[in-house]
Amino acid sequence: MEKFKTLTSTVIPLANEDIDTDQIIPARFLKSTTREGFGNNLFRDWRYDSQGDLKEDFILNDPSYSGSILVTGKNFGCGSSREHAAWALYDFGFRAVVSSYFADIFKGNALNNGLLPVQVSDAFLETIFELVKQDKNTTLKIELIDQQISIPGTNHKEKYNINAYKKTCLLNGYDDIDYLISKKSQIEQFEQTHKEF
Amino acid sequence: MGKTLFEKVWESHIVDSVENEQEILYIDRHFIHEVTSPQAFEGLRRRGIELFRKNKIVATADHNVPTKDQHLPIKEVLSKLQVDTLIQNCKEFGIDLYGLGHPYQGIVHVIGPELGITKPGMTIVCGDSHTSTHGAFGAIAFGIGTSQVEQVMATQCLLLERPKTMRITINGELDKGVSSKDIILYIISKLSTAGGTGHFVEYAGSAITSLSMEARMTICNMSIEMGARGGMIAPDETTFEYIKGREFAPDGAALEEAINYWKTLYSDEDAYFDKEYTFEAERIPPMITYGTNPGMGIGIDETIPENDSESFKKSLKYMNLEAGTYLLNKKIDNVFIGSCTNSRIEDLRIVAEYVAGKQKADHVKAMIVPGSKQVEKQAREEGIHQVLADAGFELREPGCSACLGMNEDKIPDGEYCVSTSNRNFEGRQGPGARTMLVSPLTAAIIAIEGKIVDTRNYVNKVVTA
Repeated sequence: MEKFKTLTSTVIPLANEDIDTDQIIPARFLKSTTREGFGNNLFRDWRYDSQGDLKEDFILNDPSYSGSILVTGKNFGCGSSREHAAWALYDFGFRAVVSSYFADIFKGNALNNGLLPVQVSDAFLETIFELVKQDKNTTLKIELIDQQISIPGTNHKEKYNINAYKKTCLLNGYDDIDYLISKKSQIEQFEQTHKEF
Repeated sequence: MGKTLFEKVWESHIVDSVENEQEILYIDRHFIHEVTSPQAFEGLRRRGIELFRKNKIVATADHNVPTKDQHLPIKEVLSKLQVDTLIQNCKEFGIDLYGLGHPYQGIVHVIGPELGITKPGMTIVCGDSHTSTHGAFGAIAFGIGTSQVEQVMATQCLLLERPKTMRITINGELDKGVSSKDIILYIISKLSTAGGTGHFVEYAGSAITSLSMEARMTICNMSIEMGARGGMIAPDETTFEYIKGREFAPDGAALEEAINYWKTLYSDEDAYFDKEYTFEAERIPPMITYGTNPGMGIGIDETIPENDSESFKKSLKYMNLEAGTYLLNKKIDNVFIGSCTNSRIEDLRIVAEYVAGKQKADHVKAMIVPGSKQVEKQAREEGIHQVLADAGFELREPGCSACLGMNEDKIPDGEYCVSTSNRNFEGRQGPGARTMLVSPLTAAIIAIEGKIVDTRNYVNKVVTA
């Protein structure tokens, strides 16, 4: 997993709420047996029409917006547990998603792939959308050590929460599997007394 | 203070509590399927890690499989590759696979319970959000991502932050024509798709304990649709009776010992829940969804609510519906009866009982996909397939099918589908498909009438599934 420390970038604003993982990556594009290449079909049915042509009114197709931070409405990533959603966002080039609320499984999947979910207040989210509306070049600065998100050039900033263990993992590029493997003898010991009925 | 059912099961599986609120949770059973496992196997190979406990994994092929001519090679190239990859991986790592052609094959959340693999007090995971289904037995069961699938393969454990607890109590008796699917759609419509986020839900109350196991599974199945990590119901005599005699269930003294333990699995009277909700069963109508998430549901005779949010308007635009209008009398093009929510034998029996001697409306395409080979076999033995065929329904072979349209079973662009599945997301059943979630009974009635009608006007008795 890639390390994450600080990210400063322009943003892509996608104000919809309750975006489910079927929108992020539709089921019919889950047929790969590898983790790569899902970015091509990120938001497939919002980006392309049934003929495979780009839908110009969708924000990801608007060349005046760019950046590695997706800013989106509350309850992002609800629905299916497919980790392909996190892979698709990462593969497309996103390194952080900012929202006022994340669905549990998506949040875990994102953290396991070096994609930082930043949960901000409704008011802060509104401010970001408002400033980006006024100026598409508005940037966000996301610092992991200080757990702070700010809008450079303004006084807007906010602290965000992240599980301390997950934070260490992201800062160092570790994943859970290394940690769990280091606990193997303890797991074997647990199995000695654990009864499954 | 006493403990909740969730706490009792969770705490008996903690290998270690580590710093920063993380716990190492031992996993008793791991179900895998062809879509979310290949990258996990690949991860093991890449890291040179062995599979830790192969006898705790059960595999099946369900998401991608065709529901016609399963004895022939899969035509769709990528689906075939995924299913073949699963076969290859299971062979290489020595995992039991109930793949195509096996008498136990079926939707992963249907076969676990019917084979007696799912039992009270267990921890169960699968790379699929509807793993919550198994919670109906008093197990802690939840969906995980592929990185976690790999973790469980490598260590039989997960590193987790303990979820909060929630109890939803439903007391009273259901109205005629109202079933477990209506209960859960009603709850989600009240709590929204994010109402359960961060929580593990326990369902309780007389309206829950009076349900069959299959009906309980329908409720726990959709816990994820309100954002909850999972749902569970305390095991009781109904649970024990269901388990007895199943293929992998304990028997004799082992069963007795198990039941004695299972009887301790309930929430103590003074247990604390982080959140509690109570609903009255009498107030629950037959439900239907009108929007593009499962929280957008109404009583079938109600009008679509008004809401000024952009997301809401976008949703109604996709559905080509208007706020303030009734769904009653709306013409329906497709009826899908299937998915891990409602594809068990009881569901098929309810449908068959209603449609017996009737004919589906000419313009309706009606597809019934059983949850497993065993369900299919039972349906044939009971003559259900003939009743369905006579009424114009097509009984297909098992799989996830049109619930998520990964195989050929898709709903055409712009058409309405009344569906017993669990998600009405945009494009879920195929690009442009417009899904309305209902119970199996409501789906059967709509298939016959060809339009949305009030279930209560077509039945005289209480349905128990």
